[in-house]
Amino acid sequence: MGIFGRLKQSLSKTREAVSGRVEAAIYGRATVDEELYEKLEEILIQSDVGVGTSMELVEGVRAVLKEKRWDDPTKLKPILREKLAEMVAGEDQVALNLPGKPSVIMVVGVNGTGKTTTIGKLAHVLSQDGKRVLLAAADTFRAAAIDQLEVWGRRAGVEVIKQSEGSDPAAVVYDSLQAAKSRDYDVVIVDTAGRLHTKVNLMEELKKVYRVLGREIPGAPHEVLLVLDATTGQNAISQAKMFGEATGVTGIVLTKLDGTAKGGIVVAIKRELRIPVKLVGTGEGIGDLAYFDAKEFIDAIFGEQ
Amino acid sequence: MAFQSLSERLQETFKKLKGKGRLTEADVNEALREVRLALLEADVNFKVVKEFVNSVRAKAVGDEVLTSLTPAQHVVKIVRDELASLMGGQNAKIQIAHKPPTVIMMVGLQGSGKTTTSAKLANHFKAQGRRSLLVAGDIYRPAAIKQLQVLGDKLDVPVFQMGEQKPPAIARAALESARRNGQDLVIIDTAGRLHINDELMQELEQIKAGVEPHEILLVVDAMTGQDAVAVADTFHKRLGLSGVVLTKLDGDTRGGAALSVRQVTGCPIKFAGIGEKLDALEPFHPDRMADRILGMGDVLTLIEKAQATMDADEAKRLQEKLKSADFDLNDFLSQLRQFKKMGPIDQVMGMIPGFDKMSKKMKGQMDFDEKDLVFAEAIINSMNARERANPEIMDGSRRKRVARGSGTSVQEVNRLLKQFEQTRKLVRQFSDWEKTAKKGGKKRRLPKFPFM
Repeated sequence: MGIFGRLKQSLSKTREAVSGRVEAAIYGRATVDEELYEKLEEILIQSDVGVGTSMELVEGVRAVLKEKRWDDPTKLKPILREKLAEMVAGEDQVALNLPGKPSVIMVVGVNGTGKTTTIGKLAHVLSQDGKRVLLAAADTFRAAAIDQLEVWGRRAGVEVIKQSEGSDPAAVVYDSLQAAKSRDYDVVIVDTAGRLHTKVNLMEELKKVYRVLGREIPGAPHEVLLVLDATTGQNAISQAKMFGEATGVTGIVLTKLDGTAKGGIVVAIKRELRIPVKLVGTGEGIGDLAYFDAKEFIDAIFGEQ
Repeated sequence: MAFQSLSERLQETFKKLKGKGRLTEADVNEALREVRLALLEADVNFKVVKEFVNSVRAKAVGDEVLTSLTPAQHVVKIVRDELASLMGGQNAKIQIAHKPPTVIMMVGLQGSGKTTTSAKLANHFKAQGRRSLLVAGDIYRPAAIKQLQVLGDKLDVPVFQMGEQKPPAIARAALESARRNGQDLVIIDTAGRLHINDELMQELEQIKAGVEPHEILLVVDAMTGQDAVAVADTFHKRLGLSGVVLTKLDGDTRGGAALSVRQVTGCPIKFAGIGEKLDALEPFHPDRMADRILGMGDVLTLIEKAQATMDADEAKRLQEKLKSADFDLNDFLSQLRQFKKMGPIDQVMGMIPGFDKMSKKMKGQMDFDEKDLVFAEAIINSMNARERANPEIMDGSRRKRVARGSGTSVQEVNRLLKQFEQTRKLVRQFSDWEKTAKKGGKKRRLPKFPFM
């Protein structure tokens, strides 16, 4: 299955929840009335699109219908599709920016979103592309996080640089960069400990890691990927804001999208943050990672046009 | 702080309401519209919001409320009670089996915090004198077994594992082992799974059938959005949950999961995870949480925390000191340490009624930094016994020496001494106050923390 087919499959639940329910709401109606608008808003809010964004979308649909003097409920869905597409679209660079040797990808996020798993998959993808990848085990806090990364390293066939649990993450990062430079690696992926974005001192620690990267390799990190759990609600916005302030997030990886009917968070993120969603996690296997594509996303939810 | 945005919006709404002497039905409806939006924005499930608003409206628009002397307060009280009942009313405890061992099974999505919560539970019950056995039933995630072992080692709680054998078999063998070794609590960690993954859900059903757990706890990330309800509902239908543990409640979650899960499944929230450390698990009290959301503070939890962490003898000694009014730097240090044990300062402060409003007003001045306590401790530790007993003798050269010894600056030493002086003044006032209070026949507890 191509990476796009995978995105579509993982959004099948969201498709039922949005497209399916909109159709059900329209079914058997002769005209567009207030109740239908309300229902539409409800469907969007329930998909984690967010209250403000949902209202705005419904207002947008209403304005178009009013302007064209349409009263036909079947027009609702194509207009909603268009409005959503406008919101999600952008000149997003989903390809990872990996300019030099070594290029550095830093992976950040709150606890339990799937950073380590994502890194395993990403290492696999990049080494399939012929790149020499090195993993830096800078999550020195959580019990057995280093072991977990090593398992993924073995699966992807890439090397892992580590120190003991509880050591300074900045030191691990420093070691990894030295190793990458002297042994001619293409990409270094830095795993960091999960942390709540509200913990000031933990965010300071993350900034330090960020600074060490930039000091050792000018321009690094070239990518800072924020891993977000797709089942997270509107808190995702707050996570992206604060991680963005600390480390200048360049892209988002949305994980566990296959389990949720609430893919609407993609819309909320696009709308409020202007940070591109670059990758999507679609399962627990090493190949379950897909590039995000706005058009595919809309097609996946509404069916192909 | 958890629930902060919800809390702020609700308080703002009620402030407007309180500004009015009389309330009309329209006023109440206007306020309820705001409440509805606030709840929706907090990721509370759509249906739950609808029911909630309707039930508040039914109670709030009656003559009895609107014609009362303080109608706005009435409305706030109704919202508070409804919020509490939404979350389950009273704290629900873990069912302890009459015939040990009590078996607890932990289930949930990936990354919700099952393994950490399992260890925290073992720690919680260890403090109550129970002997736990942690069972490594997550054979899928790389290094999950190792993670549980590391946590078990830290707590000195045994961990049962059989490598990557089938989890139902592991669970049964663990129960046997606990019976043989006289462990009275078995906590089974399981792999995270999507609620829509039929195969893995069947595995949980098999574990359940094999060990007949007394509790099946669903671990839910407090930041979960509208999906929280679907997840909880599916797990409940297949396994019959007995309760929920909310994790990551120390972040800035909007509270959607907390406010929705109980209403939809009927399963009470039994615990809340409030930090990364292994003692950061609290019994969940819906009524107190409702108070916190409405900015009424949570004095009960604060007192319980103080009681749990304060050394009783030390507290008594301090109280004696307070009475005799010869409070010195040794006592100050001892207070600091007791205070530190209660947990992160911002969490402790959040329980004080009205604190969130106050802290906003005094922004900058009230930045409680954990590090300040560390510095204070270092400074006092760098003084000799005579200096601690008689802070008055701290002259310039002594201050310089202490600053050097503690790795701080003279300014910081000065600041600490000033803080101490203020605390001492306060203490003297208190001891006078208590004496007079005693004469009047009343004896009241005194607050005993510096900086407060």
